[in-house]
Amino acid sequence: MSQNEPVIPKENSFLAEIVQASGETLQVCYQCQKCSAGCPLGDAMDLLPNQVLRHIQYDHREKVLGSKTIWICASCYTCSVRCPNDIDIARIMDTLRHMAIRSGITPGEKDIPVFHSVFLDEIKSRGRIHELSLILKFKSKTRDFLKDTGIGWKMFRLGKIRLLPSTFSGGKEIKEIFNSFEKGKNR
Amino acid sequence: MREVSYYPGCSLHGTAREYDESIQAVASLLHIRLHELENWTCCGASSAHCTDEALALALAARNLAIAERSDRELLVPCVACYHRFKVVEREAKEHPQNRTILYRGNVSIRYALDFFCEGSTLEELKTKLVKPLTGLKAVCYYGCLTVRPPKLTSIEDYENPQHMDRLLEVLGAEVLPWSYKTDCCGASLVVTRTDLVRKLSQRLLSMAREAEADCIVTGCTMCQANLDTRQEGLKRDAGGKFNLPVLYFTELIGLALGHKDVKKWLSRHITDPVRVLRAKGLV
Ligand code: SF4
Ligand code: SF4
Repeated sequence: MSQNEPVIPKENSFLAEIVQASGETLQVCYQCQKCSAGCPLGDAMDLLPNQVLRHIQYDHREKVLGSKTIWICASCYTCSVRCPNDIDIARIMDTLRHMAIRSGITPGEKDIPVFHSVFLDEIKSRGRIHELSLILKFKSKTRDFLKDTGIGWKMFRLGKIRLLPSTFSGGKEIKEIFNSFEKGKNR
Repeated sequence: MREVSYYPGCSLHGTAREYDESIQAVASLLHIRLHELENWTCCGASSAHCTDEALALALAARNLAIAERSDRELLVPCVACYHRFKVVEREAKEHPQNRTILYRGNVSIRYALDFFCEGSTLEELKTKLVKPLTGLKAVCYYGCLTVRPPKLTSIEDYENPQHMDRLLEVLGAEVLPWSYKTDCCGASLVVTRTDLVRKLSQRLLSMAREAEADCIVTGCTMCQANLDTRQEGLKRDAGGKFNLPVLYFTELIGLALGHKDVKKWLSRHITDPVRVLRAKGLV
């Protein structure tokens, strides 16, 4: 380690894990808040992006992994391109979501992680996303059948929603990809 | 004939069908033959990268490995797929020993907007123009991943991009300045947090209206869907109707080149574009 390399305090395993998994040197964040100023979803977050980084520096694992913020972040990369210290905050958000899923901590947003898992189940079983069955499956899990049905019906009439999924034949490879993902999860 | 591999992605087989149709049509007018990747699968989109790093890389890499069997460049119309492919490319180059991906980094991955904005293509478009889009006032809506992060997209003017502006000028449209070219629409949050996407869409539509645009032009399937489908519902909060059609840039190329199927593509929009185009004498 060179003399100028930012230090990770020994007792902060949370910070060390994130630095390792994301490859981002988030210790150099000096809280200028430029990331948060440009974040399009800041209003809806319980922690602003700069606060997320601060809590990581303070080893507040539960607070960060249980936040709404990590799920509300839309990965738009506005923060990442504006950070004067070249910290890729959007990439750190990805790392935090991965850790949150494995941690068993109750997620701050209920439906968003459910949506992602339904989406992945769709890929696993069909190889491609068939929008109609994705939405129906998601709605059956969240019991929110009435939201947006008007738009859905209009799209169907305009030929934007197809009743049958398109076919493919790469099923075996896709199963293998998911098998190794599931093995990794249980490690 | 230019031979190009083509990865349509899931939404072009569904909600973004008119984008697929207009790309195929425009390609054939420009003597580009598209070879759809055999047995392509979903790139994993945001759900994979929000869940697990290795899974996200593997799902996208599978498609690039298929593309790598030929030396053709790969045309990718959906910017979310494009982004995932560029992430895999970075991984393949930075960590060639990573065994979770079967791709070696040899394909030239081209996002559709960048591809059709190439200098030589713009020159060709000028010679093929049948119906210049005279009088059509447009704002260019690039969205997020079309330009960001520049380390992956190589777009230098990512805060104020110009390439779609230049393309529409070549087509004869009047391109209006506005400050929301690269603001986020909320993307897939539309399914889970519709409230947030409504807010972001409303701001974008209001700003386009304030710029006095006749239409919004984009190359992103999520931006198109979010802005096109919600205008009716936003009427009350926004104090009046928007009626701002949201068009794919390829639909406008097709229109300016006089393609016969334009009406079919336009009929698939929720916010009707025909009315405004007719008023300008364009359809
Ligand atoms: S922009 Fe960068 S340095 Fe500034 S607060 Fe955000 S992460 Fe920290
Ligand atoms: S990537 Fe996430 S945190 Fe960063 S600006 Fe976009 S929504 Fe906000």
